[in-house]
Amino acid sequence: MAINITVLICLALAALWAVMTRSLLRAAIGLALTSAILTILMFRLDSPVAGVFELSVCSGLISVIFISTISLTHPMTKTQIVQHMKDRLSRFWYLPVVVVIAGIALSLAHVKINIKIPAPEEVKDARYALWYLRHADLIGQIMMLLAGVFGVVLLFKETKKK
Amino acid sequence: MTHEALAVFWPFCLFIIMLFIIGLYCLIVTFNLIRALIGVEILLKAVTLLFIVVGYVTKHTAMMQSLIITMIVLEVVVVTIAAGVIIGMHKYNNSLDVRNLRRLRG
Repeated sequence: MAINITVLICLALAALWAVMTRSLLRAAIGLALTSAILTILMFRLDSPVAGVFELSVCSGLISVIFISTISLTHPMTKTQIVQHMKDRLSRFWYLPVVVVIAGIALSLAHVKINIKIPAPEEVKDARYALWYLRHADLIGQIMMLLAGVFGVVLLFKETKKK
Repeated sequence: MTHEALAVFWPFCLFIIMLFIIGLYCLIVTFNLIRALIGVEILLKAVTLLFIVVGYVTKHTAMMQSLIITMIVLEVVVVTIAAGVIIGMHKYNNSLDVRNLRRLRG
Protein backbone atom coordinates (compact mmCIF):
# COMPACT_ATOMS: atom_id res chain seq x y z
CA MET A 1 0.00 0.00 0.00
CA ALA A 2 2.92 2.37 0.73
CA ILE A 3 4.10 2.02 -2.89
CA ASN A 4 0.58 2.81 -4.14
CA ILE A 5 0.44 5.93 -1.98
CA THR A 6 3.85 7.06 -3.30
CA VAL A 7 2.69 6.51 -6.89
CA LEU A 8 -0.54 8.39 -6.15
CA ILE A 9 1.43 11.35 -4.77
CA CYS A 10 3.59 11.32 -7.94
CA LEU A 11 0.38 11.24 -10.02
CA ALA A 12 -1.06 14.29 -8.23
CA LEU A 13 2.26 16.16 -8.55
CA ALA A 14 2.51 15.37 -12.28
CA ALA A 15 -1.06 16.59 -12.83
CA LEU A 16 -0.31 19.77 -10.84
CA TRP A 17 2.81 20.36 -12.93
CA ALA A 18 0.85 19.83 -16.15
CA VAL A 19 -1.69 22.44 -15.10
CA MET A 20 0.65 25.00 -13.54
CA THR A 21 3.66 25.05 -15.86
CA ARG A 22 3.89 28.12 -18.07
CA SER A 23 4.91 26.35 -21.29
CA LEU A 24 2.19 24.50 -23.18
CA LEU A 25 4.74 21.98 -24.43
CA ARG A 26 5.74 21.17 -20.85
CA ALA A 27 2.06 20.91 -19.96
CA ALA A 28 1.61 18.30 -22.71
CA ILE A 29 4.66 16.41 -21.42
CA GLY A 30 3.24 16.63 -17.89
CA LEU A 31 0.01 15.09 -19.14
CA ALA A 32 1.95 12.24 -20.76
CA LEU A 33 3.80 11.75 -17.46
CA THR A 34 0.47 11.63 -15.61
CA SER A 35 -0.73 8.91 -18.00
CA ALA A 36 2.51 6.94 -17.56
CA ILE A 37 2.18 7.07 -13.76
CA LEU A 38 -1.48 6.01 -14.05
CA THR A 39 -0.26 3.03 -16.08
CA ILE A 40 1.95 1.96 -13.16
CA LEU A 41 -1.14 2.02 -10.92
CA MET A 42 -3.10 0.00 -13.47
CA PHE A 43 -0.43 -2.69 -13.51
CA ARG A 44 -0.37 -2.74 -9.72
CA LEU A 45 -4.18 -3.03 -9.49
CA ASP A 46 -4.49 -6.08 -11.77
CA SER A 47 -5.47 -4.23 -14.95
CA PRO A 48 -2.57 -4.86 -17.36
CA VAL A 49 -4.59 -4.76 -20.61
CA ALA A 50 -6.03 -1.33 -19.81
CA GLY A 51 -2.55 -0.28 -18.68
CA VAL A 52 -1.05 -1.12 -22.07
CA PHE A 53 -3.81 0.88 -23.81
CA GLU A 54 -3.27 3.81 -21.46
CA LEU A 55 0.47 3.82 -22.04
CA SER A 56 0.35 3.51 -25.82
CA VAL A 57 -2.69 5.69 -26.56
CA CYS A 58 -2.92 8.29 -23.79
CA SER A 59 0.78 8.62 -23.10
CA GLY A 60 1.82 8.31 -26.75
CA LEU A 61 -0.86 9.19 -29.29
CA ILE A 62 -2.61 11.94 -27.32
CA SER A 63 0.74 13.59 -26.50
CA VAL A 64 1.56 13.57 -30.22
CA ILE A 65 -1.80 15.21 -30.97
CA PHE A 66 -1.18 17.86 -28.31
CA ILE A 67 2.35 18.61 -29.49
CA SER A 68 1.19 18.81 -33.13
CA THR A 69 -1.57 21.23 -32.10
CA ILE A 70 0.88 23.38 -30.14
CA SER A 71 3.34 23.44 -33.07
CA LEU A 72 0.55 24.40 -35.51
CA THR A 73 -0.42 27.41 -33.41
CA HIS A 74 1.85 30.46 -33.17
CA PRO A 75 3.73 31.21 -29.95
CA MET A 76 3.07 34.48 -28.12
CA THR A 77 5.30 37.55 -28.38
CA LYS A 78 7.53 38.56 -25.45
CA THR A 79 5.25 41.34 -24.24
CA GLN A 80 2.28 38.98 -24.43
CA ILE A 81 4.22 36.38 -22.39
CA VAL A 82 5.01 38.92 -19.64
CA GLN A 83 1.36 40.01 -19.43
CA HIS A 84 0.22 36.40 -19.59
CA MET A 85 2.52 35.38 -16.71
CA LYS A 86 1.14 38.15 -14.48
CA ASP A 87 -2.40 36.98 -15.23
CA ARG A 88 -1.53 33.31 -14.70
CA LEU A 89 0.16 33.85 -11.36
CA SER A 90 -2.85 35.68 -10.00
CA ARG A 91 -5.20 32.96 -11.22
CA PHE A 92 -3.26 29.76 -10.50
CA TRP A 93 -1.57 30.32 -7.12
CA TYR A 94 -4.74 29.20 -5.36
CA LEU A 95 -4.57 25.73 -6.92
CA PRO A 96 -1.89 24.06 -4.71
CA VAL A 97 -3.53 25.63 -1.64
CA VAL A 98 -6.98 24.32 -2.66
CA VAL A 99 -5.57 20.83 -3.39
CA VAL A 100 -3.69 20.63 -0.07
CA ILE A 101 -6.70 21.87 1.94
CA ALA A 102 -9.02 19.41 0.15
CA GLY A 103 -6.55 16.57 0.78
CA ILE A 104 -6.24 17.36 4.48
CA ALA A 105 -10.02 17.80 4.89
CA LEU A 106 -10.76 14.52 3.12
CA SER A 107 -8.13 12.57 5.04
CA LEU A 108 -9.54 13.86 8.34
CA ALA A 109 -13.14 13.15 7.35
CA HIS A 110 -14.55 9.82 8.47
CA VAL A 111 -16.66 8.92 5.50
CA LYS A 112 -18.87 5.86 5.62
CA ILE A 113 -19.42 4.34 2.22
CA ASN A 114 -22.10 1.72 2.08
CA ILE A 115 -21.68 -0.02 -1.23
CA LYS A 116 -22.62 -3.66 -1.60
CA ILE A 117 -19.77 -5.55 -3.19
CA PRO A 118 -21.15 -7.95 -5.82
CA ALA A 119 -20.00 -11.53 -6.12
CA PRO A 120 -16.62 -11.88 -7.85
CA GLU A 121 -16.95 -12.23 -11.60
CA GLU A 122 -16.53 -15.57 -13.30
CA VAL A 123 -14.69 -14.16 -16.32
CA LYS A 124 -11.15 -13.18 -15.38
CA ASP A 125 -9.89 -12.33 -18.85
CA ALA A 126 -10.40 -8.77 -20.08
CA ARG A 127 -10.13 -9.88 -23.72
CA TYR A 128 -12.98 -12.39 -23.24
CA ALA A 129 -15.08 -9.74 -21.47
CA LEU A 130 -14.50 -7.27 -24.30
CA TRP A 131 -15.09 -9.64 -27.23
CA TYR A 132 -17.90 -11.84 -25.92
CA LEU A 133 -19.68 -9.99 -23.11
CA ARG A 134 -19.49 -6.39 -24.28
CA HIS A 135 -19.36 -6.72 -28.05
CA ALA A 136 -21.93 -3.92 -28.41
CA ASP A 137 -19.23 -1.60 -27.01
CA LEU A 138 -17.01 -2.53 -29.94
CA ILE A 139 -19.67 -1.35 -32.40
CA GLY A 140 -19.91 1.88 -30.42
CA GLN A 141 -16.12 2.26 -30.54
CA ILE A 142 -16.07 1.74 -34.31
CA MET A 143 -18.85 4.31 -34.74
CA MET A 144 -17.00 6.81 -32.55
CA LEU A 145 -13.78 6.30 -34.51
CA LEU A 146 -15.66 6.85 -37.78
CA ALA A 147 -17.26 9.98 -36.31
CA GLY A 148 -13.77 11.18 -35.37
CA VAL A 149 -12.40 10.50 -38.84
CA PHE A 150 -15.29 12.28 -40.58
CA GLY A 151 -15.02 15.14 -38.09
CA VAL A 152 -11.34 15.65 -38.85
CA VAL A 153 -12.00 15.42 -42.60
CA LEU A 154 -14.73 18.04 -42.24
CA LEU A 155 -12.56 20.35 -40.13
CA PHE A 156 -9.57 20.26 -42.48
CA LYS A 157 -11.52 20.19 -45.75
CA GLU A 158 -9.99 22.52 -48.30
CA THR A 159 -12.44 24.98 -49.74
CA LYS A 160 -12.61 25.06 -53.53
CA LYS A 161 -10.85 27.98 -55.12
CA LYS A 162 -13.11 30.07 -57.31
CA MET B 1 -18.46 -2.20 1.96
CA THR B 2 -16.19 -4.32 4.10
CA HIS B 3 -13.49 -2.78 6.27
CA GLU B 4 -10.65 -4.19 4.13
CA ALA B 5 -12.24 -2.97 0.90
CA LEU B 6 -12.76 0.49 2.40
CA ALA B 7 -9.14 0.56 3.60
CA VAL B 8 -8.03 -0.02 -0.01
CA PHE B 9 -10.64 2.25 -1.58
CA TRP B 10 -10.45 5.36 0.61
CA PRO B 11 -6.82 6.52 -0.04
CA PHE B 12 -7.41 6.13 -3.76
CA CYS B 13 -10.71 7.98 -3.49
CA LEU B 14 -8.91 10.87 -1.78
CA PHE B 15 -6.42 11.21 -4.62
CA ILE B 16 -9.17 10.80 -7.23
CA ILE B 17 -11.00 13.77 -5.71
CA MET B 18 -7.74 15.78 -5.64
CA LEU B 19 -7.11 14.96 -9.31
CA PHE B 20 -10.67 15.97 -10.11
CA ILE B 21 -10.16 19.30 -8.31
CA ILE B 22 -6.95 19.94 -10.31
CA GLY B 23 -8.73 19.30 -13.62
CA LEU B 24 -11.81 21.30 -12.68
CA TYR B 25 -9.74 24.24 -11.42
CA CYS B 26 -7.77 24.25 -14.67
CA LEU B 27 -11.01 24.30 -16.68
CA ILE B 28 -12.53 27.10 -14.63
CA VAL B 29 -9.48 29.35 -14.40
CA THR B 30 -7.70 29.06 -17.74
CA PHE B 31 -8.48 31.08 -20.86
CA ASN B 32 -6.23 29.04 -23.14
CA LEU B 33 -8.04 26.47 -25.27
CA ILE B 34 -5.20 23.90 -25.24
CA ARG B 35 -4.86 24.17 -21.47
CA ALA B 36 -8.63 23.71 -21.11
CA LEU B 37 -8.30 20.49 -23.11
CA ILE B 38 -5.50 19.39 -20.75
CA GLY B 39 -7.93 20.06 -17.86
CA VAL B 40 -10.53 17.80 -19.49
CA GLU B 41 -7.86 15.11 -19.91
CA ILE B 42 -6.97 15.28 -16.21
CA LEU B 43 -10.66 14.93 -15.31
CA LEU B 44 -10.80 11.83 -17.51
CA LYS B 45 -7.69 10.45 -15.78
CA ALA B 46 -9.49 10.79 -12.44
CA VAL B 47 -12.49 8.86 -13.81
CA THR B 48 -10.19 6.17 -15.25
CA LEU B 49 -8.48 5.77 -11.87
CA LEU B 50 -11.91 5.48 -10.20
CA PHE B 51 -12.88 2.66 -12.60
CA ILE B 52 -9.61 0.85 -11.93
CA VAL B 53 -9.97 1.04 -8.14
CA VAL B 54 -13.64 0.02 -8.20
CA GLY B 55 -12.74 -2.95 -10.43
CA TYR B 56 -9.95 -3.95 -8.04
CA VAL B 57 -12.10 -3.62 -4.90
CA THR B 58 -15.12 -5.46 -6.34
CA LYS B 59 -12.93 -8.06 -8.11
CA HIS B 60 -14.46 -7.14 -11.48
CA THR B 61 -11.23 -6.12 -13.18
CA ALA B 62 -12.03 -7.75 -16.54
CA MET B 63 -15.29 -5.86 -16.98
CA MET B 64 -13.74 -2.60 -15.81
CA GLN B 65 -10.80 -3.01 -18.18
CA SER B 66 -13.19 -3.41 -21.12
CA LEU B 67 -14.98 -0.22 -20.02
CA ILE B 68 -11.67 1.63 -19.70
CA ILE B 69 -10.63 0.57 -23.21
CA THR B 70 -13.92 2.00 -24.54
CA MET B 71 -13.28 5.18 -22.57
CA ILE B 72 -9.77 5.53 -23.99
CA VAL B 73 -11.16 5.28 -27.54
CA LEU B 74 -13.69 8.02 -26.74
CA GLU B 75 -10.90 10.10 -25.19
CA VAL B 76 -8.81 9.91 -28.37
CA VAL B 77 -11.75 10.91 -30.58
CA VAL B 78 -12.67 13.83 -28.30
CA VAL B 79 -9.06 15.09 -28.16
CA THR B 80 -8.63 14.78 -31.94
CA ILE B 81 -11.82 16.67 -32.75
CA ALA B 82 -11.09 19.31 -30.09
CA ALA B 83 -7.56 19.77 -31.45
CA GLY B 84 -9.01 20.25 -34.95
CA VAL B 85 -11.48 22.83 -33.63
CA ILE B 86 -8.66 24.64 -31.76
CA ILE B 87 -6.49 24.80 -34.91
CA GLY B 88 -9.47 26.07 -36.91
CA MET B 89 -10.21 28.75 -34.32
CA HIS B 90 -6.56 29.76 -34.24
CA LYS B 91 -6.58 30.15 -38.03
CA TYR B 92 -9.65 32.35 -37.83
CA ASN B 93 -8.82 34.46 -34.74
CA ASN B 94 -5.01 34.12 -34.59
CA SER B 95 -5.36 33.52 -30.85
CA LEU B 96 -5.98 30.69 -28.41
CA ASP B 97 -7.63 32.92 -25.83
CA VAL B 98 -11.29 32.12 -25.26
CA ARG B 99 -11.96 35.81 -24.52
CA ASN B 100 -11.19 36.58 -28.14
CA LEU B 101 -13.89 34.25 -29.38
CA ARG B 102 -16.51 36.96 -29.44
CA ARG B 103 -17.09 36.95 -33.15
CA LEU B 104 -19.05 33.69 -33.10
CA ARG B 105 -22.55 34.11 -34.44
CA GLY B 106 -24.87 31.23 -33.73
